[in-house]
Amino acid sequence: MAEAKTTEKKIPVLATQAVENDNLKAEIRRLKSEGYRLVTLTCVDLDEEHVDLLYSFDKDLEMVHLRMQQPKSTPAPSISDILFGAFLVENEIQDQFGICFDGLVLNFENYLYLEEEVARTPFCKYSVIRKDAQ
Amino acid sequence: MAKTIIPFGPQHPVLPEPIHLSLTVEDEIVTQAVPALGYVHRGLEKLCDIRDYHHMIQVVERVCGICSKIHAMCYCHGLEEMMQVEVPPRAKYLRTIWSELHRVHSHLLWLGLFADGFGFEALFYQLWKIRERVMDINEATTGNRVIVSVNVMGGVRKDLSLEQIRWILSELELVESELKALESTILDDYTVKERTVGKGMLTKEQAYDLGAAGPTLRGSGIAQDCRQLNYAAFSDLEFEPVVEYDGDSYARSKVRYRETLQSIDLVRQALHKLPDGEINVKVKGNPEGEGVARVEQPRGELFYYFKGNGTKHLERLRIRTPTFANIPPLAAMLPGIELADVPVVVLSIDPCISCTER
Repeated sequence: MAEAKTTEKKIPVLATQAVENDNLKAEIRRLKSEGYRLVTLTCVDLDEEHVDLLYSFDKDLEMVHLRMQQPKSTPAPSISDILFGAFLVENEIQDQFGICFDGLVLNFENYLYLEEEVARTPFCKYSVIRKDAQ
Repeated sequence: MAKTIIPFGPQHPVLPEPIHLSLTVEDEIVTQAVPALGYVHRGLEKLCDIRDYHHMIQVVERVCGICSKIHAMCYCHGLEEMMQVEVPPRAKYLRTIWSELHRVHSHLLWLGLFADGFGFEALFYQLWKIRERVMDINEATTGNRVIVSVNVMGGVRKDLSLEQIRWILSELELVESELKALESTILDDYTVKERTVGKGMLTKEQAYDLGAAGPTLRGSGIAQDCRQLNYAAFSDLEFEPVVEYDGDSYARSKVRYRETLQSIDLVRQALHKLPDGEINVKVKGNPEGEGVARVEQPRGELFYYFKGNGTKHLERLRIRTPTFANIPPLAAMLPGIELADVPVVVLSIDPCISCTER
């Protein structure tokens, strides 16, 4: 078996645009008006206090990603009122990471997948007791 | 008119897997549909904490049985891009061949289930009989019918001999001719059209805004297919996305029928152009940084996100499957249809709940 070429490898970085709670919805509206289609949201556990929320969009097979660093203790703004398709993934993130979304149009209140007896957030490395949905 | 709430699923004759829909009905017309999940959630993404990135190939293959090969290909392709691994051309072609064979058997499985969903059992049996030839090809070339497990980091672990290539080509001739013999039944039969034309409408704008994927998106007139991204060997093959414009259950089934024939053609092209050479390279080191990968599953766009920290375990693996993307469009298709048409419309997105919940 041959070996993979090992010439000067760079650590890949995902090109993202940083957003914050205040301007997230404006950016989502801008992308929608420019003809971008929501692919998905991805939640990445960073530390005991924060997660990254990545919003991935596509237009003509080109992707753009918004990145919002979100404190676990405060609710993130839901984009499901702008893009209804986001409601399912926002509910999934509520289940798995305990992040609450403000204004979620169809809210399963942390029980999309999980049963009520599950008290912890299963996808957090730094597990926290789940918050009640807002 | 009084409203009635009718539970649809999680156990239902047309559903091979469990999903629950809470249907609000006025007289016989559905006015609202609220989906509920959680019956087959396994938390597979989180297994990257305890399985190293090589072992995770076997895990992602089990996200879904029907498109297991394509999950593994997406996973390997994404990590190989991140780790800048150059996969041998022959391996890229072999990945393409097995992934298109998966599309053929997945679409034949769905076309059969769809026919069974509206009571056309003879068509169901015929389509599944044809599908068996593809399953035999999988078994003869990989050792297994469904979870073929051919992908490894850096390539594939199985090769095709000249004798196998000739046999696959002759079997595909039979699959194609047998399927074309059913074309007038699949596309023009009175029963098929009565049960599917105009049912479960999804406009082009709705499909796009709600984030639909795959045949559900292309059945509404949007020519987008991740194979246009030219992963594996698709850059060397002649390929145009299959599009239909009516946005109903019939259009979605027509897309899948035409894609089945297209995939047979793609396998044939790849077999004829299959280059000589190595089928894999040894991959050293561990993934570091962030990356995404997209490929086209039978049900649509499959998205993977990776975050590596230089250890053998990924820090985060996120999988967004096409059925997950097609649940919100399904919730938009159901209001306005008759209760009796709900099973057909639900089936028309080719739901894979095992994929959706992971």
